Amino acid sequence: MIRLTEVTKRYGETLAVDRISLEVPTGEVSVLIGPSGCGKTTTLRMINRLIEPTSGLIEIDGEDVMSVSPEELRRRIGYVIQSVGLFPHLTVAENIATVPRLLGWKRERIASRVRELLAVVGLEPAEYAEKYPRQLSGGQAQRVGVARALAADPPVLLMDEPFGAVDPLTRERLQAAFERIQREVRKTVVLVTHDVDEAIRLGDRIALMRTGRLEQYDAPEALLDHPASKFVHDFVGADRALKRLGRVRVADVMRTDVVMTADGTRKIDVAACSGGRFVYLVDDDGVLEGWVDCRVLAAGTPAEEAGTRVDWREAAATPDTTLKDALSQMLGLGFRDLAVVDDRGRLLGEVSLRAIEQTMSGSDAHVSNLAEGEVLGAPADTGEGEVE
Amino acid sequence: MSATGRRYASAAGALALVVAFAWLVAQQPLWERALSAIFPGSANPVYPGVTLADLVVRHLAIVGFSSGLTMLVGIPLGVWVTRPSGADFREVVAAAVDFGQTFPPIAVLALMVPILGFGLGPAIVALFLYGLFPVVSNTVAGIEGVPRTLVDAARGMGMGRARILLTLEVPLAARVIMAGVRTSVVINIGTATVAAAVGAGGLGDPIIRGINVQNFAYVLQGATAAALLAVVADSLLAVTERLLTPRGLEA
Repeated sequence: MIRLTEVTKRYGETLAVDRISLEVPTGEVSVLIGPSGCGKTTTLRMINRLIEPTSGLIEIDGEDVMSVSPEELRRRIGYVIQSVGLFPHLTVAENIATVPRLLGWKRERIASRVRELLAVVGLEPAEYAEKYPRQLSGGQAQRVGVARALAADPPVLLMDEPFGAVDPLTRERLQAAFERIQREVRKTVVLVTHDVDEAIRLGDRIALMRTGRLEQYDAPEALLDHPASKFVHDFVGADRALKRLGRVRVADVMRTDVVMTADGTRKIDVAACSGGRFVYLVDDDGVLEGWVDCRVLAAGTPAEEAGTRVDWREAAATPDTTLKDALSQMLGLGFRDLAVVDDRGRLLGEVSLRAIEQTMSGSDAHVSNLAEGEVLGAPADTGEGEVE
Repeated sequence: MSATGRRYASAAGALALVVAFAWLVAQQPLWERALSAIFPGSANPVYPGVTLADLVVRHLAIVGFSSGLTMLVGIPLGVWVTRPSGADFREVVAAAVDFGQTFPPIAVLALMVPILGFGLGPAIVALFLYGLFPVVSNTVAGIEGVPRTLVDAARGMGMGRARILLTLEVPLAARVIMAGVRTSVVINIGTATVAAAVGAGGLGDPIIRGINVQNFAYVLQGATAAALLAVVADSLLAVTERLLTPRGLEA
C-alpha cells in the first residue's frame, strides 16, 4: 500500500502540490490525471524521491520513504517513463538486467529472469534478448521498458505517461498487455496520464488533480456518475455513457457459441448456419479468415458469394478490447457484429452491437443523477448516431 | 560484412599503416636518395647526426607526454563542469581552455623558458595548454549530449551518480570525447615541431636547422615525416574512436 498524507511540494512561491492525501491499496492501480501543471507528475516523482517533498508523509507498506536512501528505495520501485529511457548502448537483456545487477543477483538468476519477463510482456526471448533498443519499434521498446521496471519484482510500480508516445493502435495493445500483466503480477501501481479514457480503462481508482490539489479520488464509475465538482464533470466530458463502456471488456459480453468451419465455403448451406447469423471461416489453426452471412445465404446466394474475407488484425476485437473500442470499430467497419480473436488471430467468439447496447442500458439505472444539462441518448440509438 | 568484421578490418588497416610508417622512417638510405633527387645541388640533403627514426621517437615522446597530460586533465575537467559541483565553474573553464588555444604556443614556449629552462619542460607545458580546448569542449558536449531522460530513468531505477557517469554517460559520450582527443593529438603533432625552438628536439629540429642554414632539404625531411606521422596517428585514433563506440549506437 502507498499512502500519501498531506504531501506538499513548494517551489519558491508556487505550490506545485498542495496537501495531497491519498491511499493506493496493495495490488490496485491508481491513476493520477489532470490538466498540464496540475502536479500529477510531481506527485508521482515524490513517491520515489526523484523530487523531495517540502512537507507531508509518504509511506510504502507503512514505511516512511524518507527513512531509506533514495537509491535503495528506488531499487524497490519499478519506474516506467513516457520516453521509455532504454539505454541505447545496452541490449534488451542488459537493459532489463539493470536493477537485478544493482542488487547483485547471480548471473544465471538474471538470465532466467530476463527470459521470463520478455515472455510476460509478449516478446519472444530468443528473438529480442540480444537486440539493441534502436532495432525495436515504439511499442516493443515500451514493452521492454515495462519488463525492466518489473525486473526485480518490486511491489510498487510508478508509470509516468507510459503509453503516451505511441500511435493509438499500439497504445491500445500496450494497454491490453498492461491489463493482462497486472492481472498476473498484482503490483501496487501509480500511473500518470492525461488521457481520460486510459484512466477509466486502467484505473481501479482515479485521482483527478487541478493546480496541485486533489479534486476527487474515486473509482472510475463513481467519478463518472458522481462528479464532486463542475470541474470534474467537465474534465470527464459529456460522453460519459460512452466512457463507461471503457470499463467493460469484450470478454464480459461476447458469445462463444459461434459456428465456424475450416473447410472453406464449399460445404456451407443454410443448415450449416444452425440458426446463427454467421458461419465463420477459419484456417486449420483456427485463425479467422472471414465469414459467410447466413441471411444472404438464406436469400439464395451461393456461399462463395455470401462470404467476406478479412484480415483478423483489422476486422476483429480481442477479449481485452473495451466495449468502447469495439463499438468504435463496429461503427468504422459498418458491422453490427464483430468477431473476437486471440492475439494470434484464432477465433474465440463474437460480440454484437445488441450486447453492447444491453450493457449501456444495464448501467443506465444508476446514472440518473448526473449534472444538469447532460444529454444522454436513449440506449438504443446511442450506438450509431451520436458517437464520434 | 558484419559490424564486428568491419571493426576488425578498420583496426587491421590502421595497424598496417603504422607498420608501413615505421618501416619508412627506418630507411635512412632511401630518404638520402629521395632528397638528393629533389635537391640535386645540396651536398648533404639529410639532417646529420641523428637518424630520422630517432627524431620520430623523440617527437612521439613530446606528443605522448603533452597529449597524455591533456587527456588526463582535460577529460576529468570536462566531466567535472557537467556535475552539480563544477557547474559554477563551467564558464571560467571554457574561457580558460579557449584562451589556452588562442594564445600562440611559441609565446608560451618563450614565457616558460625562464621558469622551466630549455628542453622538454616548456614544450610539454605549451603543447598541453594548446591541446586542452578540443578535449574539454568535446567532453562537455559528449556528456551533455546524453539525453536527460536516460539519466532520469537511471536515477529512477536506483543508480547512484558515479555509476550513472561511468556506465551510462561516459560510454555514450565516448565517441564524441575521442573525436576531441583525436583533433587535439593531430594538431599537437604539427605544433610540436615548434618545440625544437626551445631545444626539446623532435621533427622540428631539421626544420628549424634547415631554415637557419638555408638547407631546405632538412625542412622538407622534417615536415614530410611530421605530416605522415599526423596521418598515421589520425587513422589510428579514428579506429580507436570506432572501437569505443558502443555497438548499440552503430548505424
